[in-house]
Formats: sequence, structure tokens, C-alpha cells
Amino acid sequence: MEQRWASTWRMSVNERKFIETALASDLRVDGRRPFDYRRLTIKFGREDGSAEVQLGQTHVLSYVTSQLVQPYRDRPNEGSLSIFTEFSPMADPSFEAGRPGEFAIELGRVIDRGLRESRAVDMESLCVVAGKSVWSIRVDLHIIDNGGNLVDAANIAALAALLTFRRPECTVGGENGQDVIIHDPEVMEPLPLIIHHLPIAVTFAFFSDGNIMVIDPTHKEEVVMGGRMTATINSNGDVCTVQKAGGEGIMSSVVMQCLRVASVKAADITSKIKNAVETYNTERALRKVKRHPLTAAHRVIVPDVIMKNEQVENIGHRPDKNSRQDDEMLVDTKTCTNSESSSGGRHTDPFVGGSSNWDPYPGRVGKLQDLPGPLMVIKEELRSDEMVIESTPELSTITSSSGTVGASGVKQQTNAPKSLKDAVKSKNRKKNKASTTTS
Amino acid sequence: MEYVDSLTGFRLDGRRPNDMRQIRGEIGVVAKADGSALFEMGNTKVIAAIYGPREVQNKGQQANNQALVRCEYSMANFSTGDRTRRPKGDRRSTEISLVIRQTMEACILTHLMPHSQVILIEFLVHILLKFFMYFLPKICFLQIDIFVQVLQADGGTRSACINAATLALADAGIPMRDIVTSCSAGYLSSTPLLDLNYIEDSAGGPDVTVGILAKTDKVTLLQMDAKLPMDIFENVMQLAIEGCKAIAHYIRGVLLENTKQLECRRGI
Repeated sequence: MEQRWASTWRMSVNERKFIETALASDLRVDGRRPFDYRRLTIKFGREDGSAEVQLGQTHVLSYVTSQLVQPYRDRPNEGSLSIFTEFSPMADPSFEAGRPGEFAIELGRVIDRGLRESRAVDMESLCVVAGKSVWSIRVDLHIIDNGGNLVDAANIAALAALLTFRRPECTVGGENGQDVIIHDPEVMEPLPLIIHHLPIAVTFAFFSDGNIMVIDPTHKEEVVMGGRMTATINSNGDVCTVQKAGGEGIMSSVVMQCLRVASVKAADITSKIKNAVETYNTERALRKVKRHPLTAAHRVIVPDVIMKNEQVENIGHRPDKNSRQDDEMLVDTKTCTNSESSSGGRHTDPFVGGSSNWDPYPGRVGKLQDLPGPLMVIKEELRSDEMVIESTPELSTITSSSGTVGASGVKQQTNAPKSLKDAVKSKNRKKNKASTTTS
Repeated sequence: MEYVDSLTGFRLDGRRPNDMRQIRGEIGVVAKADGSALFEMGNTKVIAAIYGPREVQNKGQQANNQALVRCEYSMANFSTGDRTRRPKGDRRSTEISLVIRQTMEACILTHLMPHSQVILIEFLVHILLKFFMYFLPKICFLQIDIFVQVLQADGGTRSACINAATLALADAGIPMRDIVTSCSAGYLSSTPLLDLNYIEDSAGGPDVTVGILAKTDKVTLLQMDAKLPMDIFENVMQLAIEGCKAIAHYIRGVLLENTKQLECRRGI
């Protein structure tokens, strides 16, 4: 209530009359048509589950976090979703810091109803141990700038954040099989939430006894409006929630007309959100590709011939040795390849067995298959015979392979960085250093 | 669980899908308040008390050109099945208070001018007896407090609160442009059901609460949760609007009866 009064005193009678008269001739102050949305931009933060939405001048941040908690007693196998809103005083002079006011609570509840009651986010998949521990998802919405129509912007921000959020993978283990072990994101890939549909909130503002309605009111239009209605619709045409908390009366036919307009707008916004999330996910996948830390100027030699049988076997090997990738890369440094462990490290790489044209001993195909992917991409300076020496079976024991490689006197690149392996395996290091000095 | 019996078509409490629960309204239950009413919808009992129009208590909240309307909704500890202590400012109560306040504001003539019209004729006699506000040029710098307390909650508390507030406002003689009535409807077992009780409400199906201005048939309050396809939503909303009209008919009868009694006591 305080918010409403504070903004009414700011608006002069002239301004109010101007907006009302313009609306009577289907004109809006910012030049939009009655059923046009403002420009929508969705940006994502560095971490999973954070989104920033700008709808015209309205600016909302959202952040999703998860925590293992005990479930509610009447729903022992469901997780929980809670929405918290923070109306920051920097957004509007009438917002007060501290406890959320009425409108903050109403906004939180509208978004909460749209997500939880319409079963948009799957709760049962958040259960880890029924009755004991479930995931509790918390969405924090921060209003940075109030340019009108906070509900829509905050809803889009919450959806975008939930779509890009990844919760840690956890397994049940321990002595009695009841302890929950949460895995580090580096060890096991975190999982996205299961979201069945996207409920999009569309807000209408009513003027002059319910005869004129516009979509996406700006801050000034909100002061002048007689009533407001928010309809949350998903792209399947289901009405997820409707909120018209008093205000001017409208005919029921007008309500249905608004819902139809809202479903069209919802489809549009859904596609925008999905595109933005798609872009983010591809960027994220590219970022996750572990690039070898010693990237000096590198040129990649791409072999022409691909040994198909080797490729098949290596693909079979690769998923098993995800956790051992680190070891393999450290082995790389010792085996003198300044190799860039490119995408071949994780994804199926066509160059996997491709060193065949360097191999002067074509009979040793069987050994080549055990080489990890990264080794295939090497620096130009390496002589081809060094590749032969490296082709020792490494999967059997990594330590032994490093030992043999070290012993075979392979030339090491001088600018190989220090790694943890160097600190640990002092024995092998000495051997390598000896080989360096000799070669 | 079958909410509508497939053989007989009865609901859990023996009603038909289009039947409303038994409603009862009583005026003047709180003697100290300027206006008060008790409203029952089946087992849901709600008391509303109006204090006002009176001087604005908190000058900071005063608006320039209209009277201030404040509303407070609270559920008694003993109102539900398990006796729990509800914190006063919890989010559901705050939202419902906001909703009720804005709904009543739509019908109260907050910008009262000397020549404002009162729509319902049956109010005239009542107002001439009780209402001294006509002699005041404006009712800005005044506030109207609406206190709604739920005594027994069996589903549809929001609607019962709005109906009780309407009766209480009429009892207080506050000028209104129309009466607001409210009713809820749901959709369970593929049937639209009117006036859900607690069991049907907690079934997890959709719950549509509608509040209309009785004379003009305009929708002021519309709230829905859970998912519904749009065409079914239209049917459910129409059913709720029918329920609201029935309640408006009953409320008019109660007010007329009350006015006749006042005439009688005054010796007119």
C-alpha cells in the first residue's frame, strides 16, 4: 500500500490525463501498440542457475540454489520449491528495505503458484531418500529497476534461471545405505531440473471502466490504471494461474479475450526463452571442454587417415576413463607432448587413432589404440619417432607407462608447466630430468 | 479418490456438482463496530467488522483524493482441523488481505462527492437512518478499516470473507457503488464443481475464485491456481459467476430484511 501511495503523489494531473486520453485513441506513451511487449533481453551469469532479464526498463535478477533438507511430513517423496523476492530500494523510491511489502509478497505468490501448483517443475525427481532427504530449490528474485510490469519480468527470470540450473549429483551410500554423498561438480556432471512446461505470465492493465486494456504496462501506466490482471499460460494453451486482485470490474467476455491474447504472447516469449537457454547451453558445453593449460602458440597437425577400428575401441574406452582424464593429461606433460588436449579428450574424436601416417612401423597398430586422444594432436616440432616411443600401453598402469616413457629418453619440451604429478612422483621426475639433460 | 460418484453424480457431501452449500448471513454481530456481519457458507464461518469512516490514524499513509481502505485477514487458531498458531503476517494472509482490500475498494465510493449516486434503492432508507456522511462534502482524509476473522475454515474462506465484508459495509452505511459477492468453483473428476469444501480444495485440482459486482455483472476478483485448459476454465468461471449471482440475490434479501426491522424499531 505504501508503494502505491508514494507513486501516486509523483504523478501530476496533467500527466495522468495525457496518458488516459492517449489510450482512448489507442496510443501509448512509449509508442507501442496496445498488445505489444517491450524489448526483452535475457542474459545469464557465469554460474549455472543465474539469469538477468530486462523488459524495457524493468530489470530483474534471479538466482537458483539447492539444498538437501528433510521433506514435509505429508509429502515424503517430493522436493520443494520456494520463491523469495527482494524489492531493492534502488528500484523504486517507494520500496523499503527489509521485510517484503504486500506487492512483493503478491508477486512471489503469483510466480510460486505458476511454477509449483501447475506442476511445472517436477518435484518427485528431487527426492533422494524418501522421508529423509530431498532437494529444496530456492529461487531468489531481485528487482533492480522498476519500470513497470514486474510480474512478467520476474517470471521470465525465474524460468530462465531454473532452466539453466544444475544441481549436484548425489548417491546414496555409506554403511547402512542411508548416507547421501554429494558429488563435486568436477567429479560428476551436475544434473538439470526436470521442467515439464513453461508457464509464462502476461499482465494486462485496464483503463476507463474496463473498456481499454493494454499488455505490459509501464510504470506510469501502472499508476494510472484502474485494474490489473495477470494470466499465466503455457504454450500448450493451459491456464496455469490467473490473478486479478480487485480493481476495476471487467466483463467475463473480456477475461476470455485477454486469455486468448495471452496465449499468443506466451508462445512468443517461450520461444525467446528457449533460444536464449539453448545458446547458453552450447556455450557451457564448449566451456566444459578441458583445454590443456599449456597453450603456447600451437599449431595442430591433423592426420589425414583415420584408423577406424582404433577409433571404435577408443570410443568404447573413453567413457570409462573420465575420471582418469586428469591423470592422462599429466602423463602427457611428462611424455613431452606439448599437446593440446582438445575436444578429443572428451568427445568422440575423429583423430583418435590417426597417427598412422607417422607410424613407420604399421604393424604396431595394436599399441596405438591405447593412446589417449590428446596425444594425437601434437606440436610440429616433435619428431615422428617420438610418437612411436610414446605408443606404450598406458591404460594398464599409468605409473608404469610414465616410467617407461621417462626411461626411453623422450625429449621434453622445456616449457612444460609444473603439475601436481611432478610433486608427487619424484622418482619419475628425476628420471625425466636425467633424460632431458641427456637429450 | 472419486470426488463425484459416477453412478449417482453426488459429491462427497451429497451435493450435486452445481449445488452451493447452505449460506447464512447475519448483520450486527459485533456491537462496538460501526458495521459487522457474520457469513456462513456450509461449515465455513467468517466474521467481518468495519471501523470507519474515521480519521486517518497514520498520516503517512494518507492519499490525496480518496479515502484510505485498510483490510486485515486472519484465521483463528481454532479454525482448522489442527490447532496451530499462525503468525500474523504470513504470506498467505498478507496476500488475501491485499486481495480483499482491493476488491472492496472497487466498490466503495472512495472519491465521494456531494452529488454521488447510490445505486441500490434498498440502501436509501437504511442510509437515511444511519448515514451522516451525506452532510460531509468529502470522505478523504478518512480511513475505513475492514477486519475479517475466520472462525471455521472448510474451504472457500476468501469468498466468505468478501461476502461478509460486503454485508458489514452495508451495515456501516458506507457508500458503495455496487455489492461485491464472491464464490469459488473447481474442476475434479472431469466435472466443474461449485463451491468447493476443504476436502475438494485440497485434492490438488484447480480452484477458481471469482468476485463480481452484482448489478453490472463485472468481474473484479479472479484467482486461479493449478492448471486448466482454456475452454474448461471458461466453463468453471461461468459456473462460479452463477454462484456469485445466487449469493447476491441472498444478500439483497438479508439487507432488505434488516432494513425492514430497523424501520420497525424506529417506528416508521
